[in-house]
Amino acid sequence: MAKLTLKERFKKVSAGSGDGARASKFATSIFRPGSPFRKGYSDSPRNRSYVVMNNVLYHLHPVKVKRHGVRLSYTLCLGGMSFFLFIVLTITGIWLMFYFRPTEMAYADIQALQTSVAFGSLVRNMHRWGAHLMVLVVFLHMSRVFYHGAYKAPREFNWVIGVILLFLTLFLSFTGYLLPWDQLAIWAVTVGGNMASYTPVFGAQIKFGLFAGLEATTATLLRFYVLHVLFFPFIIVIFMAIHFWRVRKDGGISGPL
Amino acid sequence: MVDIPEHLLLRSAEARAKALGITVEQALAEMKGESAPTVVDDEPEVIEVDLPTPVEAEAPAPVETPKVEEAPVKAEAPAPAKAATPAPPKADTPEEVDFAPEVKVTQRLLTVVKAKPIQKAASEPVDKVNTWPHLMLPEFISLMAMMAFLIILSAILQAPLLEEANPNITPNPAKAPWYFLGLQEALSYWDPQIAGVMIPLVIGLIGFAAIPYIDRNKENNPSKRKYAIMMYTFFLAGAGTLTIIGVLFRGPGWNWTYPWIDGIWFDDLLDWIYFE
Repeated sequence: MAKLTLKERFKKVSAGSGDGARASKFATSIFRPGSPFRKGYSDSPRNRSYVVMNNVLYHLHPVKVKRHGVRLSYTLCLGGMSFFLFIVLTITGIWLMFYFRPTEMAYADIQALQTSVAFGSLVRNMHRWGAHLMVLVVFLHMSRVFYHGAYKAPREFNWVIGVILLFLTLFLSFTGYLLPWDQLAIWAVTVGGNMASYTPVFGAQIKFGLFAGLEATTATLLRFYVLHVLFFPFIIVIFMAIHFWRVRKDGGISGPL
Repeated sequence: MVDIPEHLLLRSAEARAKALGITVEQALAEMKGESAPTVVDDEPEVIEVDLPTPVEAEAPAPVETPKVEEAPVKAEAPAPAKAATPAPPKADTPEEVDFAPEVKVTQRLLTVVKAKPIQKAASEPVDKVNTWPHLMLPEFISLMAMMAFLIILSAILQAPLLEEANPNITPNPAKAPWYFLGLQEALSYWDPQIAGVMIPLVIGLIGFAAIPYIDRNKENNPSKRKYAIMMYTFFLAGAGTLTIIGVLFRGPGWNWTYPWIDGIWFDDLLDWIYFE
C-alpha cells in the first residue's frame, strides 16, 4: 500500500473508512455502535445527533436545543461555568488532599505545599481563587435566572433546588476557609460561627456542633475538613443531579423573553 | 407491470363494477387492459333519474357497455333536460320533486364534525438547533477560557497565608469571608438575632426559595414584571453595598475607614494589593 500523507490519513480516518485500531474488539467494546468514534464522523444532521446520543453527555444535553438558548448572551454560560468550576475544584481539591493533614500539622503542610511541592502553590491558588469565583458565578447565575424570569412555571422547584445549591456552595467555601489554619482562617470562621450562635433557641448548640467545642480548635479543623471534602460535596452532587435533570424535564432552557 | 395479487384485483373489480353498474367480468377485463375502459359521466346519470318520463328512467341499463365514442353523445342528449327538469315539476306537482334521488346514492350526511384536530399538540413547535456543534462548541470554548483565566490568575496572585492560627491573638478587625461581610456589616446596625439569623435564614434561604411561589406573574418579559425586577435589583444593590463597605471601609473596632487613606483592612485581599 502506498504511503499516505498525514492529510490523507486524516481524511481516511475521519471519513470512517479507517480500519485497524478503531475497528478492533477493544475499541468497539468502549464505543457504542452509533458512536462517531467507532464509525467516523462526517458532518450530517444524523451524525450531529449521534455525537450526543452515543455519549455520556446525553445525560446533560438533549440532541437539540432551542436556537435562542445557544446564544452566549442569553445564559452567559454561567450555569455551565459553575459546574465546570466545581469539577476543577474537585480535581485540585483531591490533589491537595495528598499533602494535607487536618491536625496541628495543617499549617506546616500548607507551607510545605507552597515551598517544596511541584506546582503546589499554583494548585492551591487555583483551588482558592476558583472557590471564590464559584461563589460569584453561582450568584450571578441566580441573578441571570431571576432577570429572565426563568424560575416561573414549570421551573419553580428547580429554582428552589438552585437556592439550596447556592447555600451548599457557601457552606463548601466557608468550611474550606478554615483549612489553611492561619490567623485569617481561624478568625473568619470564628466570626462566622458567632453569627450562627445568634440563632434563637438553639444558637449555643449550633455553634458547639459546628466547632466541636466552645471555640475553634484542631477538633474544629477536623470537623470542617470532613464537612468540606466529604459531606458537602456528597450533598451538592445529589442536588446538582436533580438540578440538571429538572432543567431538561422542565422543557430545557427558558425563554425567549 | 407490477403483479397485483388476484384477490385484490378481484376486490377492486367488484367495487368498480358496482360503481359503474357493469358486470364484474367486464370490470376485470377493463382493468387488465383487455377491453376499452368504461367512461361514465356523473352528470347525465343523475339527470336521467330525474327525468319525469318513465321510459327514460330505465336509462342506467344501457350504460352497461358504452363505448368510448358513445359517451359524448350520451352526455349531450340529457343536457337540455337538465335545465328544463327542475322547473316544471316544481310548478304544478311539488310532491314529485325528488331532491334526493334514491338511485346511486352512495353516501349520506351523518353528522357535521368541526374542523379541529383530535389530538391537541402539547406545545408549539420551536426553532431548534443541534446541540453538537451549536451548543457544545461554545461551551467548550468558554470552558477553556475560564480555565485559562483561572490558571493565569493563580499564577499571578498568591493566595494569602498569614501566621499560624492562634486563638490567643485576636486580629482587629476580625472579618468573615467576603460573601459573609455584608451580613457582618448588617450585624453592626441591627440586633444580632435579626441581622445574623433572620436575614440569612428567613430572607436568604426561605425568602429566596419562595420567590417563584410568591411571584405568580406569568410574564417573563422584563417590561411586564417591573416590580419583581425592581425588588431584586434593590436587594442586589443593598447586599453589594453592605459587602463593599464590610470589605473596604471597615477598620479596627469596626470603625469607618477609607481604603485610600487608611489602607485595606481585609487580609484576604492583602496579597492582591501588595503582591510583588
